[in-house]
Amino acid sequence: MKVFDANKLNDLAAALAAKGYRVIAPVQDGDVVRLAEWAPGAKIQPGVIPVNSAKDFLLPRSEVIGRYSLDGNDFTPQQVTPEAPKTVLLGVRPCDAMSLAALDTVFNWDYADEFYNARRAATTVVSLACASADDQCFCTSVGGRPDSTAGADAILRPADGAKRFIFDALSEKGQVIAAAAGDLLTEAVATVDAPADVPQRFDARTVTRWLADNFDSPLWKELSLTCLGCGACAYACPACHCFDIQDEATRTQGVRYRNWDTCGLGLFTLHASGHNPRPDQSARWRQRVMHKFCYFPQRFEMLACTGCGRCGRLCQAGLAMAEVCRRIDEASKVAK
Amino acid sequence: MTENVYQPTTMRIASARDEAPDVRTFRLEFTDEAARAKFFEKYRVGMFGLYGLPGAGESTFCVASPPTRTGYVECTFRKTGRVTAALHDREVGQTITYRGPYGNYFPIETWRGRNILFIAGGIALPPMRSVIWNVLDRREEFAKVAIVYGARTVADLVYKHELAEWGQRGDVQLTTTVDPGGETPDWKGKIGFVPTVLKELAPGSENCVAVVCGPPIMIKFTMPVLTDLCFKPADIYTTLENRMKCGIGKCGRCNVGSVYVCKDGPVFTLEQLNKLPQGDL
Repeated sequence: MKVFDANKLNDLAAALAAKGYRVIAPVQDGDVVRLAEWAPGAKIQPGVIPVNSAKDFLLPRSEVIGRYSLDGNDFTPQQVTPEAPKTVLLGVRPCDAMSLAALDTVFNWDYADEFYNARRAATTVVSLACASADDQCFCTSVGGRPDSTAGADAILRPADGAKRFIFDALSEKGQVIAAAAGDLLTEAVATVDAPADVPQRFDARTVTRWLADNFDSPLWKELSLTCLGCGACAYACPACHCFDIQDEATRTQGVRYRNWDTCGLGLFTLHASGHNPRPDQSARWRQRVMHKFCYFPQRFEMLACTGCGRCGRLCQAGLAMAEVCRRIDEASKVAK
Repeated sequence: MTENVYQPTTMRIASARDEAPDVRTFRLEFTDEAARAKFFEKYRVGMFGLYGLPGAGESTFCVASPPTRTGYVECTFRKTGRVTAALHDREVGQTITYRGPYGNYFPIETWRGRNILFIAGGIALPPMRSVIWNVLDRREEFAKVAIVYGARTVADLVYKHELAEWGQRGDVQLTTTVDPGGETPDWKGKIGFVPTVLKELAPGSENCVAVVCGPPIMIKFTMPVLTDLCFKPADIYTTLENRMKCGIGKCGRCNVGSVYVCKDGPVFTLEQLNKLPQGDL
C-alpha cells in the first residue's frame, strides 16, 4: 500500500501545487479551520471538520453566467466561459464527498449545467477518513460512514496511531494524484486506524415516512420557533444548492450572476403579486426538512443530507438537522 | 464550452398592444432563424418561457400564442415589478431576451373529438389564449367549444378585440362577465363572478374537458361548481405559476411539495393538484 507520514500533508499539497493543481485543503484560519486554497506557509489541519464545505468549489457563492455589452437601447450577448481550474480537494470529509452525488444529479437533471460540470470534471476529490467525530456528526444516520469512499477519487486513511496516512487511489483521477505525489508516497505496510465512532441518532427511513404524511403537523411551528431565517445552515451545507439569478449593469456592460440562495429566506418564493406560498418561518423550515428528507428522495432516491453536522455547529438558535430529525423520529413513535 | 443552458436568445418586438391598465401584449420575432426553428420543434401549447432584459433580469410568462402559428411568439404581462417594468418600457423594434420553451403541455391530442370548456379570469386569460387558438386553428378536430371569461371590470378584460372575434364565430359559445359593479353603461355581457356565471350556465360535463385558469380565489370557487356538474378531476386542467429563476429544475424555487412547476408543470389536472400539499401553493 502507498503510505506517507502524517506530518507531510503540507508537502503533499506543495507537490500537487507544483504539478499545476489548485489545492483546496482544510487550513487553519484564525481560530477556525476553513476549506481554502492552500499556499506555501498554510497549515493543513486535518483533525477538525472545516466550517465550510467542498460545495464552495463546485458551486461558488457567486458566479457569472451571462454577459452583455449595452449600447443605448441595444444589447449584445457575449460569451461566458466557466472558471474551472484544475483542482484537487485534498482532505475533504467523506460527508462532503458523499454530497456530490446530489449535486451531480440536480445539475444534470434533463439540462446539463456546464458551469458546474466543467468544475466537476476539473476536480479530483481526495477524502480524509475521520478518526474522530463530535456530537454534531450524524453521517451514520443518513447512510454514510466516517470512512466512506462514496464520491471520492482517492481517500487518505489515518494509520499507525495517526502517524501515517494510507493513500488509496479509487479512480483514474486518484491514480494521477498518486503519481503527482511522486516519492512522497512509499510502498509500505501500515495498520489503518479505527474510524471515528458516530452513533446513530435517528432512523432516516422513519423520518421520510413521517414527513410524507405530516405536512400540516403542528410540530413544524414548534420546531421552527427559534429560526431566524439567516440562511447560514444552507450556505454551509454540502448538499444545499438552491440559487438566485440576478442582473447588474452599468450603461455599457451587463452581467448576470448566479448567487447562492436559500429556501429559508422570506423572499425566496414571494410572487410579484405579493402572495407568498411560504409566508412564515415555520413553512420555510418545513420546506428545508422536506426537501432533504422527503422530496429529494422521492424524486432521486437519495437524501439531500449527508450528516456533516455543520448546520448544528453554526446555528445559534440550536436548529441542528440531527436534532430536528431526532424529534421527528420521536414524534412518529408517539403517534403509533 | 458546450451549450450554456442559461443563455437566452434574442427576440425583436414586432408589435405591442395595451390590453388593460399596465397589461401589454408583445408579438415577438426571433432574430435568429435557427433559434426559431428549434423553438417550434419543441413548443407544445402550455409551455412557458423566461422573458428578460439584460440589467433587469428575467420573468416567467406563458407563451400566449399557439404552436400552429410559427412566425412569432406572443406574451402578455402586467407591469408589476423590476423586470416587467423594464419590459414594459421597451418599444416596437427593440429587442428582449427569451429562454424556453420549458415545462409540460396540455395534452390536446387526447381532447380530439371532445367538447372543450375554457374558464378564465382576468389576467389568467393569456395562458389559456394559446390553447384556445390552438383548438380554433384545428377547429374540426374538436366538438363543442365554449369559453367563459370574466374580469373585475370591463377595462380589465384582456384581448378585447379577440373576444369580439370569438363571440362572432358560429362555432364557439362565448360568455363574458364582469364582477358586480365592474360594468359600464354599454356593457352587453353578464354581470357576476365567474363561478356564479358558470353555475348558471351549467355546461354539460359529458365527454367534456375543462380548462381553468384564474386568480386563486376564482379557482377556489370554480372547482366545486365543476365537481357539482360531474366533471372528473382528471378532465379538469389548469396551469400553475410560481416564482421562478432558472426554469429548468435547478434553482429549487418553484416546487410545490415534490413537484416542480417548471418541470412537472405548469399544466396540471385537478387530480394531480389534489395530491399536492395544499399549504405549499
